[in-house]
Amino acid sequence: MNQFAYDVVIVGAGIVGAACALAFAERGLRVVVVDREMVGGGATAAGMGHIVVMDDSEAQFALTRYSQRLWQKLRPQLPDDVEYEQCGTIWVAADEEEMAEVLRKQRYYRDRGVPAEVLDPSQLKDLEPNLRSGLAGGLLVPEDGVLYPPCAGRFLIEQAQKQGAKIRVGAPVVKAGGGMVQLGNGVEISGQIIVNASGSCSPGLTAGIEVRKRKGHLVITDRYPGFVHHQLVELGYLKSAHSHTSNSVAFNVQPRRTGQVLIGSSRQYGAEHKAVDQEILARMLQRAQEYMPGLGAMSAIRVWTGFRAATPDKLPLIGPWPGDRTLFLATGHEGLGITTSLGTASVLLDQITGTKPEIPFEPYLPSRAAQEYAHA
Amino acid sequence: MPMPSAVTLTVNGAEVSVPQGATVAAAVAMAGQPCRVSVSGSPRGPLCGMGICFECRVRIDGRSHCRSCQILCEPGMDVKTDE
Amino acid sequence: MNKDCTSPFDVLVVGGGPAGMAAAMRAAECGMNVGIVDDNARLGGQIWRAAVSSDSHDKEAAKWQSLFGAASVTTLCGKRVFHQSEPGVLWAEGSDDLIALRYKNLILATGARERFLPFPGWTLPNVMGAGGLQAMVKSGLPIAGKSVVVAGTGPLLLAVAAYLRQQGAAIPIVCEQAPWSALLRFAGSLVKWPAKIAQTFRLKKEMAGTPFVANSWPVAAQGQGAIESVTISRGGSLETIPCDYLACGFHLVANIELPSLLGCEIRGGYVNVDEFQQTSLPGIFCAGEPTGIGGVEVSLVEGEIAGLAGAGAKSQAQRLFKKRAKLRNFAGALDRAFALRSELRSLASPQTLICRCEDVSYARVEEHTSWRSAKLHTRCGMGPCQGRICGPVTEFLFQWSPESVRPPIFPSRLKSLGAATAKAPEPVVVTRSSVKPRPLGMGM
Repeated sequence: MNQFAYDVVIVGAGIVGAACALAFAERGLRVVVVDREMVGGGATAAGMGHIVVMDDSEAQFALTRYSQRLWQKLRPQLPDDVEYEQCGTIWVAADEEEMAEVLRKQRYYRDRGVPAEVLDPSQLKDLEPNLRSGLAGGLLVPEDGVLYPPCAGRFLIEQAQKQGAKIRVGAPVVKAGGGMVQLGNGVEISGQIIVNASGSCSPGLTAGIEVRKRKGHLVITDRYPGFVHHQLVELGYLKSAHSHTSNSVAFNVQPRRTGQVLIGSSRQYGAEHKAVDQEILARMLQRAQEYMPGLGAMSAIRVWTGFRAATPDKLPLIGPWPGDRTLFLATGHEGLGITTSLGTASVLLDQITGTKPEIPFEPYLPSRAAQEYAHA
Repeated sequence: MPMPSAVTLTVNGAEVSVPQGATVAAAVAMAGQPCRVSVSGSPRGPLCGMGICFECRVRIDGRSHCRSCQILCEPGMDVKTDE
Repeated sequence: MNKDCTSPFDVLVVGGGPAGMAAAMRAAECGMNVGIVDDNARLGGQIWRAAVSSDSHDKEAAKWQSLFGAASVTTLCGKRVFHQSEPGVLWAEGSDDLIALRYKNLILATGARERFLPFPGWTLPNVMGAGGLQAMVKSGLPIAGKSVVVAGTGPLLLAVAAYLRQQGAAIPIVCEQAPWSALLRFAGSLVKWPAKIAQTFRLKKEMAGTPFVANSWPVAAQGQGAIESVTISRGGSLETIPCDYLACGFHLVANIELPSLLGCEIRGGYVNVDEFQQTSLPGIFCAGEPTGIGGVEVSLVEGEIAGLAGAGAKSQAQRLFKKRAKLRNFAGALDRAFALRSELRSLASPQTLICRCEDVSYARVEEHTSWRSAKLHTRCGMGPCQGRICGPVTEFLFQWSPESVRPPIFPSRLKSLGAATAKAPEPVVVTRSSVKPRPLGMGM
């Protein structure tokens, strides 16, 4: 039963789906977003909400920097509850080896026009007095920021709705492809283009996508205004984020506009359940206290978990899915979906409309993965 | 004049004497103060009296977010209701 | 502290109110190694809370105090359970310590809290729960000479009014939202519970001269900086009464956070138990208000049954089934008599706050279709009370069901949360031998 006809049907009302909806609707396309639960209820609700530049690869840098610029442009329009704060990131170096990485990172950013300032131990202490003593230094990246993702997702959806986009929540999607999306309640929605933006659920709808769930834990404290001023990340984070097999934790805290401190992070493959894993939570909190001993006395009011959509090469899948000319992917953003949502939407729109892209989109094409997997 | 069994503490710098065994929430009320200022700026006092509503939060000896209805007064405590 | 991990409690009781005390005492009488943990400074729960200034406390409390005192139970007060890291290990936090509580059998006697409903002005200082104000007075708040309007619903209102008057407060009125018809049916049914009739008469005598009105509820509180007057609806018209305090509670909500965290089956807001008070999880029992709001008598007998069953004394437990059945009917009668009327759903104005931790208004919450959606987009329920106040409010106003419970079930120090693991470098384990029994200390 074919009830509806759209130009674009987007599966997933997370921040990536929301950003795509806005981009397509602004271009005058008839758009509908479908989600099993609500706007921003999946990884968008669980994530930390950083708007950061990362440099694991040129492609990752290009997409994060481009996206960060888009967020900066959007910033004047963002309502208060999105809580966008350009607090900056400090990459914290514990030893000389990590300090060498600080210098490399600074050169890399400087060469590409991203402001970044090397901090010696006393400058680090001045900026963040609650970090432990004895650290080697850090790198301040002042244009990085944080926001509150569920409200950011909702804002993007509302903007899309103003441009005529429709939103249908409450029924799971059981099939997506061949110009059609089928909901669990039997309703079928047809579209010229189907976008699978369902994050860690995306492999369930598109067989063959190499996206794995990577579970994370977060803890938030009561309000302690002024305890931390920047997003702080240990440089050891890179070792942790790059590990493909083992469970890992890293020190990563954010100041929220409320004065609360948001504490991460953990990474686990193979964990399918949302339940808090006390073992890894304990490791994560012990790590956080090693860097900021004052956290220990703070009141922790909530713990939650979420699933990142991780790809083998750490790059998202953005573009047409080989074998189904109606099906496009916008998934696999792992821990960077909040940052890269806007860039993803823009890249996807450029691909579909044949517009000259702002950044090269080849590195994100799903076909690269299909080829790699074929060779593997 | 404090009673023989009284405990003296300060609430926002002013001395208050309470009976032994009184909670900090009672002392704050006796000092005529609300416990905290809400997120949007309105004064709040205790609601549940049993430590679950968190409306009675005060700062005690520099420690934030103490539930005053669950904490007994001790001599010399420095209680602040400015959070 | 003892680090002996090999000797868990045979029976651990969480909650030191009447149900928990009865459970611990009966289990200890069977020769079990029993521990009881409670977050208050002393045992007794909310109902038997000791008073700062008064020596008198009720005879039932005194009787149970002496029974409990004779039993050998390890008592841990001022410790709040916030987590179970693995089956058989609970974690509790004190003012500056963290303890692991190992158990073979567990009895959950976590009690209840008051239900609050929002109306304009309900966030003003000196608007408190009925039980909340009583607890404050017991813990040192001077009430003599103050004028207190008591309002809401449930048997607690009269008890609180009587107590406050005894302490020297003036009570201009007690407002019960239930209609007279329901109250009379309830009063008629009291014939089946003579002890309750005696209680009611005693309260009535103590309350002579205070108007008790049915069909009446608060619609707004006014005041600059604190409450100065309350407007009540009474028999269809509005009346404004000056006061120093409004003591206002709408019956009770069961504390089911810990049972939920452990995975006990919950039905209709209560923990589902079998005839031995055992939950859906073998070896985990539940007694008192979390299994259904029924008051102190049924809590005591449920506690006794749970304590005996938890100690393996099943036949002794069975002998109490009949008594419990009779008292449980009373719980049903309570629910029917004090059902909340629908008018209470429309008290809040668009600006009235629903979430007091995060100051989220009715208008903002109302836009959403689920608790989770409201939480994520408005911060309703995201504050330190973890939705304990606004959760039941939205349940009543919008029929939303709460989310699953995650640790910590109570805000706890980050270092405690980070250390609450059996694989932590130095697990601190408390067993019977490591803690000296503490006197109950009722009445100080």
